[in-house]
Amino acid sequence: MFLLPWLIGMIGITLGPMIASLLLSFTDYNFLRAPEWVGIDNYARIFADDPRFLTSLGVTFTYVVVSVPLQLAFALGIAVLLNQGLRGLAFYRSVYYLPSLLGTSVAIAILWRQIFGADGLFNQLLGLAGFEDLPNWIATPELALGTLITLNVWTFGSPMVIFLAGLRQVPSELYEAAAVDGAGRWTRFARITIPMISPVIFFNLILQMIGAFQTFTQAYIVSGGSGGPVDSTLFYTLYLYQKAFRDFDMGYASAMAWILLLIIALFTWLAFATSNRWVHYGED
Amino acid sequence: MKRVLAHVAIIAVGIGMIYPLLWMVVSSVKPNDEIFSNPGLPSAWTLDNYVVGWDAVGFPFLLFLGNSALVAVISVVGNLFSCTLAAYAFARLEFRFKKLLFAAMLATLMLPFQVILVPQYILFNNLGMVDTFLPLLIPKFLAVDTFFTFLMVQFIRGLPRTLDDAAAIDGCGPFTVFTRILLPLMRPALVVTAAFTFIWTWNDFLSPLLYLNSRESYTVPLALNAFLDSEGASQWGPMFAMSCLSLLPVFLIFLFAQRHLVNGIATSGLK
Repeated sequence: MFLLPWLIGMIGITLGPMIASLLLSFTDYNFLRAPEWVGIDNYARIFADDPRFLTSLGVTFTYVVVSVPLQLAFALGIAVLLNQGLRGLAFYRSVYYLPSLLGTSVAIAILWRQIFGADGLFNQLLGLAGFEDLPNWIATPELALGTLITLNVWTFGSPMVIFLAGLRQVPSELYEAAAVDGAGRWTRFARITIPMISPVIFFNLILQMIGAFQTFTQAYIVSGGSGGPVDSTLFYTLYLYQKAFRDFDMGYASAMAWILLLIIALFTWLAFATSNRWVHYGED
Repeated sequence: MKRVLAHVAIIAVGIGMIYPLLWMVVSSVKPNDEIFSNPGLPSAWTLDNYVVGWDAVGFPFLLFLGNSALVAVISVVGNLFSCTLAAYAFARLEFRFKKLLFAAMLATLMLPFQVILVPQYILFNNLGMVDTFLPLLIPKFLAVDTFFTFLMVQFIRGLPRTLDDAAAIDGCGPFTVFTRILLPLMRPALVVTAAFTFIWTWNDFLSPLLYLNSRESYTVPLALNAFLDSEGASQWGPMFAMSCLSLLPVFLIFLFAQRHLVNGIATSGLK
């Protein structure tokens, strides 16, 4: 009885639509006429004859592979700095955490669009530092994705908070013992800190990766919904949105959604499969 | 000495991170032309940008703030209601297929929203609910935000079961145990759920973009997007002014609930 709302939700707006989406992916459906069964035609078109799909896949992979490790590296680095028992920890932690709460908003995406525009803040600062002939970062195909990667790295606060909680669980005797044995700062970091918090690294990796694959708002706002310039910020989800709600090619979009699900599942599986090599669970 | 270096590094990076935000706030009270030439404080302070931005999208911005607040507050109520019930059932009650259902719930944590996007849209469209707030609100009453259910399951598991047993011996049914014993103890988890639900709903762009068509039902993110579409890059001052207004509620929640939020994500991540 307590479970009723959840059960309705699970069946009605999660499981049901999931199955519907799988079925739709084998049909041609434009929202006006009834869906028409076309077998694997959508999937065939996606892989054989849609360069934009491959572009969107490339953009998204680049984004995930570059921004997630960078974001986690920042998060861990700052967390280690903060974890030395500095005064004002709570204050610093809050300041670093704030961007995570704001980062997915339209307002911040608008701000980013200005910062990296031709006469935006970034170029103003570079100009003050003496640089000349600065590009319009947002409008340059080779650079536009970089601005979005910066935005994702900027929100490193939430994995950082999780790292901090993990670092606190590492017993300080380990460090003292290692120091007695003559281990330097880096050795202690590489041999004690990293293995001891590897489950936390793993958790953050999965969480941020799944999130990064689904980036939508930032890409939409910064490119005005187009994924431009020249499709250089055509994120997977943005392309899926265009297919479903601009071209009304619902079957095609459903097929894309299922491919995304499989990709995320594959990456998650890969992370789990390799985890026994690098994730160390203590005997708690 | 090492300490001082650490402080300097942390403060330097912190300033770098917060500077864009401060710059946006300052730019919103700057004359428009200075946004492109002056990365520091303005030569004159002005509220013109707020006046211009307020009416820029055809309706007073208050309407959009009101729409967003309505959606966000009802979403908070919905999530508090549905997620606590589901969490109580999973954490304390015995029923058939519990393990299977729990696994199904965990699996939806990883489910990309896009997979259910299209059929959900078709469903709500057939129900005649497009261009109302209902498609945004109904899921919240059905515990679709698995993250919160999971958070609360973990929280309830941490509460001693002897409390339930004692209440049961005194003749309390499961419902009374839930409302009288557990709910009051779950306050930290409820605060985290309420705060994050509010913030995520407030910031949400994709769902309103799909379901809200007419301007008077726009939420704040849609209004900002419409502003951006209509003015291009010429109106940064007013745009920043409205952007700042849109971030204000999130910032206030952050100020008042930050300890809960930080502890919430730290513990939900670890245990």
